[in-house]
Amino acid sequence: MNSDIVVFLVLSLIAISSALGMMFSRNAVYSALFLVLNFITVAVFYLLLGAPFIAMSQITVYAGAIMVLFLFVIMLLGAENLAPSKSLPWQKPLAYILAFVLVVESVYLVISRAQVDKFISSPEASLNSMDNLREMAMTLFNQYLLPFEITSILLLVAMVGAIVLTKQEKGEQK
Amino acid sequence: MVPVNYYVALSAILFSIGALGVLIRRNPLIIFMSIELMLNAGNLAFVAFGRSYEIAGGQPFFSGQIFVFFVIAVAAAEVAVGLALIVEIFKTRKNINIDELNSLKG
Repeated sequence: MNSDIVVFLVLSLIAISSALGMMFSRNAVYSALFLVLNFITVAVFYLLLGAPFIAMSQITVYAGAIMVLFLFVIMLLGAENLAPSKSLPWQKPLAYILAFVLVVESVYLVISRAQVDKFISSPEASLNSMDNLREMAMTLFNQYLLPFEITSILLLVAMVGAIVLTKQEKGEQK
Repeated sequence: MVPVNYYVALSAILFSIGALGVLIRRNPLIIFMSIELMLNAGNLAFVAFGRSYEIAGGQPFFSGQIFVFFVIAVAAAEVAVGLALIVEIFKTRKNINIDELNSLKG
């Protein structure tokens, strides 16, 4: 048992327990804060995997921008605690059973079809450096230039869509 | 030296927790958070696989990281539109419990 495995196990314990905490919190604000913890843990995994740029974008975009938006909407709507409503009685047990089956079969497939020769070592200093970033930028702006431009159009469309959806119509009484 | 399967197994567990959250929670904001969790689990698998296939010079295979970049952009767009929809539904119906949002009429 070397130190890489120990770091991995501790971090995955934090990730899984914060995901469970996100799901079982009664208060939506606590759920959002647990999800921030989960995103930060995944960002540390990205650093371990030698992807510093993705780790930093994860923290700024997910843990920063998206979760702040979530917290704004939760507090704006006062949706911290929704009153429990009548739902199908068999829906929750069935959901637990199906999720358990999904975990078991996916983990079994991953473990049983193991490629034993594929190991991820902890990143050397060269991997978390500017060279890495430069190489990634070369790939992004040469090989993936068209998807990059389409993504920018997608963000523009989403921004216009969000503004149109929440805009008050002229003369509308609220 | 961590086997790449461990990362993929962690990704599968996080994805399943997200799927369970979509199924059992009634608050649409928490359903959105569960979807974000599932996207994140997919991203983790992308980066782990990209790291395990190295190209020349010890550099990882960058396509995995670039796909994660695109997924993050798409998730940001999805959250902006989805939260705008939830706010609009709340303004119209004063209630966002998804059990009571089963008709498409305004």
